[in-house]
Amino acid sequence: MVWVNAIVQGVLLGGLYALFAAGLSLMFGVMRFVNLAHGDFIVTAAYLMLALVTGFGIHPAFAVLFVLMALASAGYLNQRILLNRVLGADLLPPVLVTFGLSIIIQNALLEVFSADSRRLNAGWLDTASFRLSEDISIGALPLLMFVAAVGVIAAMQFIFYRTALGRMLRATSDDPEIVPLMGGNNAHIFAIATLIASVVVGIAGIFLAMKTNFDPAAGPARLLFAFEAVIIGGLGSLWGTLLGGVILGVAQTIGAQIDAGYQILAGHLVFLAILVARPRGLLPKM
Amino acid sequence: MTVTTPTMPAQRTNRIALALRLLLGLVTVALALAPVWAGRADLRLLMEVLSFLALAQMWNLLAGYSGLISIGQQAFVGLGGYLFFALAMFAGVPLLAALPLAALLTALVALPTGWIAFRLQGAYFAIGTWVIAEVFRLSAAQIGALGGGSGISLPVDLARSLAESRGAREVVMYYIAFALGLVSVLLVWMLLRSRWGLALTAIRDSEPAAEAVGVATRKVKFLIYVLTAGVTGLVGGFIFLQKLRITPEAAFSINDWTAFVIFIVVIGGIGTIEGPIIGVIVFFALREVAADWGTWYLIGMGAIAIAVMLIDKRGIWGAVKARYGLSILPVGRVLDAAPPAKPD
Repeated sequence: MVWVNAIVQGVLLGGLYALFAAGLSLMFGVMRFVNLAHGDFIVTAAYLMLALVTGFGIHPAFAVLFVLMALASAGYLNQRILLNRVLGADLLPPVLVTFGLSIIIQNALLEVFSADSRRLNAGWLDTASFRLSEDISIGALPLLMFVAAVGVIAAMQFIFYRTALGRMLRATSDDPEIVPLMGGNNAHIFAIATLIASVVVGIAGIFLAMKTNFDPAAGPARLLFAFEAVIIGGLGSLWGTLLGGVILGVAQTIGAQIDAGYQILAGHLVFLAILVARPRGLLPKM
Repeated sequence: MTVTTPTMPAQRTNRIALALRLLLGLVTVALALAPVWAGRADLRLLMEVLSFLALAQMWNLLAGYSGLISIGQQAFVGLGGYLFFALAMFAGVPLLAALPLAALLTALVALPTGWIAFRLQGAYFAIGTWVIAEVFRLSAAQIGALGGGSGISLPVDLARSLAESRGAREVVMYYIAFALGLVSVLLVWMLLRSRWGLALTAIRDSEPAAEAVGVATRKVKFLIYVLTAGVTGLVGGFIFLQKLRITPEAAFSINDWTAFVIFIVVIGGIGTIEGPIIGVIVFFALREVAADWGTWYLIGMGAIAIAVMLIDKRGIWGAVKARYGLSILPVGRVLDAAPPAKPD
């Protein structure tokens, strides 16, 4: 029964990983761009939420709104001012610029918030749970996370395939050289893609703040989980990313069930095994 | 129509290149004699400089010439270190034999890891190498015989086997470091002057074009990946011989063995042999001045790396070379053909 429980908890944890990964997946889909500071942005959102709620005593609902708005504008500006300059055929500049950003963000967070591990108290959400049977109960927070992940991915899917904005995003993804000929503005479309991805990063960061302890150096591990979920699911497939997150989550909780030291390792090993068996992921689109 | 290039008169360029070559020669001689003139602290600093030079040359060969941007080279530094400790402590291999053996084994391990990582392209290759390094780090923490998460120290008797007195040990270790630095530069230089170098330069300039003229790009890149893994493992073994203690956190540190190394190569000039040499000087000069600033020092390094990418991604030496056509360690080939006959 402990194994069934591990799988159920793993699936729910997968929701959080899918939230980590959705923004990365979107940015790669539109710009073929991988942001190595992705995890650090998630952690920054978590700290922002923590500072607003516990530091300034702002009501959580307003704090959520503020975090999402701050992330959206930061994402748009970051893309327009910095990242658009390094997009292109040469891979090195985007990799190095985002790697540099990652180091800057981690050390800036360290300077402001110290190395102490922090967590946001979620009140009744922390303790509320639903009993499914004798040994299995589902926490309200993990369940909310999973529902949020499904909702976010459904919303992204809708924007991408059912709206005029999505059409532009897909057109830019297919051929960024033709879009300007049709009157589109690549720099703006890229920044909009990053804006959407940053809102998702904000949601992921808020859940991270409530779910686990985090510290300024927590970003890289989140980046790796996000990356693994994207690759397991298959590049370009948003529902695949959810599946990838779930597989990674289950691998980790089963690993943790065997030995606490194996949690992260088990996730990495399952990722590598899938990479060997299915290099294009489980639900490849591209 | 004539094509003009903004270069200095060839004679002056040649004279400057000659002067720089002479300077490089003098520095090499001075480094070879360092135990004579340098104090203990300076010697230790030089060992570190030379180790980083070797790591930077290897990352440059990988990323600058083969286009394989790895952010997981700490995997091989750590693996080399751990293999060296294991060989010396449990297999009873003499220290000086354990170093090359550890390098060889690291290269062997790089065969399967490369096979997996090569399934990913571009930026995803970069993150994939990082995942592999994390697997090594987490695995090392699980191996009880090697001290698990808290690490393990090299017994004093073993360190004594290198030389009886502390001073003599440091001289032996210095010459290992000197050899690592020198050999890494010469290895890259000779490699680039060989047929391999032609293939690598072609890949650096344009991979599809290299493929089109018959370069087996994938094979070349894979072999370079394995070669750099082996040498990186050798340097790793030496670094932890010098430290006498290894922990998973120190051995597989992405900051120490990859971020700093990337910084060195990028600021000096990626895709040139001279770049890492200049980068390592800049890096250590900066560290001597600013290391006490803690987090601000690291923030500044990240900002400099970003600035280099935005201003001139060729780095210091790359920009100098493009402007003046200078080369200290020439690897280029000059087309030796008679000028085309004038049409009558």
